[in-house]
Amino acid sequence: MSVLVNKDSKVIVQGFTGSEGSFHAQQMIEYGTNVVGGVTPGKGGSTHLEKPVFNSVEEAVEKTGANTSIIFVPPAFAADAIMEAADAGIKVIIAITEGIPVADMMKAKPYIKERGATLVGPNCPGVITPGEAKVGIMPGFVFKPGRVGIVSKSGTLTYEAADQIAKAGLGVSTAIGIGGDPIIGSSTKDAVKLLMEDPETDAIVMIGEIGGNYEADAAKWIRENGNKKPVVGFIAGQTAPPGRRMGHAGAIIGGADDTAAAKMRIMAENGIHVAESPAEIGAVMARVLGVDA
Amino acid sequence: MNIHEYQAKELLKSYGVRIQEGIVADSPETSLKAAKKLNAETGTSWYVIKAQIHAGGRGKGKVKETGSNGVVLAKSLEEVSEKAKNILGGTLVTIQTGEEGKKVNKILIAQDVYYPGASEPKEYYLSILLDRAKGCNVIMASTEGGMDIEEVAEKTPEKIIKEWVDPKVGLQGFQARKVAFKLGLEGNAFKEMVKFINSLYNAYIGSDASQFEINPVLKTSDDKILAVDAKVNIDDNALYRHKDLAELRDLAEEDPLEVEAAKSDLNYVKLDGNVGCMVNGAGLAMATMDMIKLSGGEPANFLDVGGGANATTVEAGFRIILQDPNVKAILINVFGGIVRCDRIANGVVEAYKSIGDIPVPIIVRLQGTNAEEGAKIIDESGLKVSSAITLAEAAAKVKEAIS
Repeated sequence: MSVLVNKDSKVIVQGFTGSEGSFHAQQMIEYGTNVVGGVTPGKGGSTHLEKPVFNSVEEAVEKTGANTSIIFVPPAFAADAIMEAADAGIKVIIAITEGIPVADMMKAKPYIKERGATLVGPNCPGVITPGEAKVGIMPGFVFKPGRVGIVSKSGTLTYEAADQIAKAGLGVSTAIGIGGDPIIGSSTKDAVKLLMEDPETDAIVMIGEIGGNYEADAAKWIRENGNKKPVVGFIAGQTAPPGRRMGHAGAIIGGADDTAAAKMRIMAENGIHVAESPAEIGAVMARVLGVDA
Repeated sequence: MNIHEYQAKELLKSYGVRIQEGIVADSPETSLKAAKKLNAETGTSWYVIKAQIHAGGRGKGKVKETGSNGVVLAKSLEEVSEKAKNILGGTLVTIQTGEEGKKVNKILIAQDVYYPGASEPKEYYLSILLDRAKGCNVIMASTEGGMDIEEVAEKTPEKIIKEWVDPKVGLQGFQARKVAFKLGLEGNAFKEMVKFINSLYNAYIGSDASQFEINPVLKTSDDKILAVDAKVNIDDNALYRHKDLAELRDLAEEDPLEVEAAKSDLNYVKLDGNVGCMVNGAGLAMATMDMIKLSGGEPANFLDVGGGANATTVEAGFRIILQDPNVKAILINVFGGIVRCDRIANGVVEAYKSIGDIPVPIIVRLQGTNAEEGAKIIDESGLKVSSAITLAEAAAKVKEAIS
């Protein structure tokens, strides 16, 4: 049954009729994701990509029974869209939007938590369960169905890992792009927990980057829970200088514990198989699982 | 986005935070005028001259040309013009600027606030920043003012006071009082500190800041609390709703190549290495830099061309990388998802032809949609560009190019 999204997910697209929303909604539909409609305030009642458009998430949920939402709303209105989804009873909210002010997310995060929703992102590539549902912007064909879960802060690096896993003769159960912002809905640990509990996942790839302590927290949790499944880890940014923002708003070295070297050391100490080079993620996983790459 | 001390202090003052008063100047003449005005307004007869650059450690830093420190005290109006001359236009090297230093275009002429009086002046530390793990803002304070806070945190962590603010209700009165009591203040100084903390937090929220660091906060000899220095960082993502703050950006403080890159929607950070790189996606870009290092090179830059890479962005990227004289090889690493590799390959070839002869070896690694077609276009272009498909292959070619 994988995690977060699967063939039974009923997905709505917030920011459905915008250029990003339209393009990726089309791609998701072609992939086979069960997109049941979209929301664009003011355009309710019309049809877009042969799916109904609603004025509010509440109405979309009422009419379609949607339980999952993907958000392409521009940054100034995205936190509002996230809260609207949670208020309407959506259980899995995936926010793709990049550039949401930190102060907005600071209010949105506790709001959705109180309403029992799970937020993935923002500033993330989304979530994919290969062969079942793609709720994100990733190239679907790179992800072959299989039993390795992926948790990552980065988009293209996730595709890279999925590709290496496929080349190693393995496949992906669910890949979760948690996003690169300072405040995100699901932490590395949250995502790893889901995959640890998933009966269809045998091993996990955990990809992090400089900044924050998510990877260290996840590594410690993995150890405390008895290293139930093998985990391969990689941290991007070994060569990043301190104090400089490297693309992602969250990717900035602030203290001694959020350098790549420190995170890799903490991962290794907690029984995680660390790939030194990004070119080795697939090979390390193959070795750990005892398959010939 | 960082702003200068004088801008930060104006911002704080507009929220009712008491500051060390000062007037910004850009020549010895305007410095003298500023000092006279300051004398009339505040009665100060000593003046602190502070270089305005976006880097810390100014007090201990030295101006290359004159040997002057970046922050100096002038005890008369004559000394103001004389000492201003030794800083303005010079290159200030501090622990944070690197050896090349930063040019000083402006100085702040500030009042002397360490005057003698009923009690001893005392310095404190105060900052507000985001606690990512908790998803809320935290106020940090310490009695060890004027010191490097990282050092205090390491050696005497018990001296750091932390107060987390619930985003739903904002800073509460009891929290500001707690911090002021823990700093050991009483009487009027206590009341002043509570007001200071409340106003400072309002300024933080009102300006969508991502970090405030006030070091030192001074208790004067007559029990006033004021900001002697101010480091303010504004959340870039929120600048769209603060047009007045966005205008405070000082492009002279930024690397000219980074400014140029931003105009083409490229995210570029200059580094000191010898292998330039151009990548789609921030995480993959950092991973590519790491791989360059593991191959025996040093990354010359971080460059994320984003999701919509095409011939124009690739050309802009090339031009920026090539302006760095240290670059001995260039690695382009694109994982084509939505963007097709053959289109990127065509973009590389077009950009190459448009620039003319590129004097350094180029390795293009294309993976994902239409990767084989992309490699074919590169290989058959007749240009001095070699292709790779896997990351391991690209790493080997980088090694070969720089050895």
